[in-house]
Amino acid sequence: MKKFTLHEGLLMPLDRANVDTDFIIPKQFLKSIKRSGFGVNLFDEHRYLDKGEPGADNSRRPLNPEFVLNQARYQGASILLARENFGCGSSREHAPWALDDYGFRVILAPSFADIFFNNCFKNGVLPIVLDKKKIEELFESVAAQEGYSMTVDLPAQLLRLPDGSTTPFEVDSFRKHCLLQGLDDIGITLEDAGEIRRFEDGWRADAPWYFAAK
Amino acid sequence: MAAKTLYDKIWDAHLVREREDGTALIYVDRHLIHEVTSPQAFEGLRLAGRKPWRAGANFATPDHNIPTTAQERSAGLAGIKDPVSQIQVKTLDENCQQFNIFELEMNDIRQGIVHVIGPEQGITLPGMTIVCGDSHTSTHGALGALAHGIGTSEVEHVLATQCLMQKKMKNMLVRVDGTLNPGVTAKDVVLAIIGKIGTAGGTGYTIEFAGDVIRALSIEGRMTVCNMAIEAGARAGLVAVDDKTLEYVKGRPFAPEGALWTQAEAAWRGLVSDDDAEFDAQIVLQGGEIEPQVTWGTSPEMVAPVSGHVPDPATEEDPGRRSNIEQALNYMGLRGGTAIADIKLDCVFIGSCTNSRIEDLREAAKVVQGKRVADSIELALVVPGSGLVKKQAEDEGLDRIFTAAGLQWREPGCSMCLAMNADQLGEGKHCASTSNRNFEGRQGFGGRTHLVSPAMAAAAAVHGHFVDVRDI
Ligand code: SF4
Repeated sequence: MKKFTLHEGLLMPLDRANVDTDFIIPKQFLKSIKRSGFGVNLFDEHRYLDKGEPGADNSRRPLNPEFVLNQARYQGASILLARENFGCGSSREHAPWALDDYGFRVILAPSFADIFFNNCFKNGVLPIVLDKKKIEELFESVAAQEGYSMTVDLPAQLLRLPDGSTTPFEVDSFRKHCLLQGLDDIGITLEDAGEIRRFEDGWRADAPWYFAAK
Repeated sequence: MAAKTLYDKIWDAHLVREREDGTALIYVDRHLIHEVTSPQAFEGLRLAGRKPWRAGANFATPDHNIPTTAQERSAGLAGIKDPVSQIQVKTLDENCQQFNIFELEMNDIRQGIVHVIGPEQGITLPGMTIVCGDSHTSTHGALGALAHGIGTSEVEHVLATQCLMQKKMKNMLVRVDGTLNPGVTAKDVVLAIIGKIGTAGGTGYTIEFAGDVIRALSIEGRMTVCNMAIEAGARAGLVAVDDKTLEYVKGRPFAPEGALWTQAEAAWRGLVSDDDAEFDAQIVLQGGEIEPQVTWGTSPEMVAPVSGHVPDPATEEDPGRRSNIEQALNYMGLRGGTAIADIKLDCVFIGSCTNSRIEDLREAAKVVQGKRVADSIELALVVPGSGLVKKQAEDEGLDRIFTAAGLQWREPGCSMCLAMNADQLGEGKHCASTSNRNFEGRQGFGGRTHLVSPAMAAAAAVHGHFVDVRDI
């Protein structure tokens, strides 16, 4: 996994609650057996005016000029400012893959759906929960000031805003550790292989009906 | 010893280790696999030179991408016209062969939607931890198993380690008291729950569904309720084990037998929350107050009783909510204040892991028997959840009732629930659907989904608009 320490970037607002994973990446792109290349189809149904298909030449498709991702002032954005319950719906990891592939490294929202939240950490994307008032203020600042950027300081758990102020944020200590080091979960878990074996042997003795071979 | 909820009990029994910040390693008993969320995980294993920790704990089947017409299916893999889908299904077959994982392949009669065949085969057992790269894994909680969806990185993690790294959720109890009125089903119950607590109401919780209404539901009905726990934001839904659970499981192909069954049964009887167990949140609904439900918007919480109306955004004071309603109505092509019964329909879809089991098909068949689909309905699909459900329905003559009424009878799969195959809802079309998600574009680009029960979908097919099944 990519390391995450300090990230400075431009904010893009997505002013909509309950953005679901079909909105983030529509299902036809889930047919791919790869885990890269989803960025051009991020928010596909809103970003383009026609229906996207896997393998199509996206550079020829008509863009929806109204959609925020296509607006000149948000080109190059890497911090997504979102509303409640972001990432609800399916478990598809294609959602964080698409966000990451497009270039988003941080998502700020008042709340996230559980599976999506979890999937982000596995891909070096940092989802940050802020209170509703703070999110509202950020929406206002981003609208008022073109080029509104900030620095996300993971070691200090602070957002450094352009006016010099800072906002603290929470992150699980173990997840933070993994992001800072760019650690692979499987590698970490396999360090406990002995413990897993011991557990498994005990469980097989206690509940043999889960292990019956057919 | 402190009183425990059912969730606490299953969690504690599977806890391998816990770190100081609460991150835990949980042992996984069953891992279910389908073609869409697994290829990158198998590829990851190969790249790292790893093998599955316990191949026998894994079960696979293709369901999302496969065609549902008999003609295409009869040609096997070559019958999948979309080459990208074909590669994905083929990749699953190859991965299962390479890693020695049991797979019910596309044309095995036991194949079906992964959440339908797990319980049907006895692959899902009470008290298990079950995961799958699919959010509707919550379905299996109906049998008193702790089951939830995971992402592809976690699929790889479970394959490699037989464990999942996660933090414990909080406990929520949703109790539905009293009895349901005739014509009101499990689907209406769960839609009413989501309408009450919202699509994020269960975020961070495992929900246990309880109360007389839940106890009175069949196991199939409980699956419908747990299936949509994720639509209320909860990764897992649970129902305590009772006699019905044990009767359902007994004799299934992968269930324990003989002395092992006797031992298991004794253990499973304890899979209930202790009387004095504490829940972090509790919600109570009265079963008698629940009407048949219909969603009008683009999120499952945007739901109303069939006798109700689409809300009028002008009367909504909260600006955030007003704009959500406006966005939804705009997409749905509906005006605020429209009576639910006046919503005209173009399509009907009866299927999905929410409502494609035999009892669902019987309910729908009862409504359409001897009737015809309304002229205005362009497409009406009935897609059984598994090959065995299909066979059972055919043995009972349900297929002929459907086809005589003008509905199409298809082969098992996810089909138009998410429209990854050729079964797609047309742009701007309104569909009465027994599935679980009404998100924008979910059933097809620009398609407009209304979530309902099987009986309500069948009645809508006959009338061309929503009607209250209690009136017919
Ligand atoms: S039927 Fe629909 S919800 Fe269920 S597993 Fe298939 S796609 Fe997912």
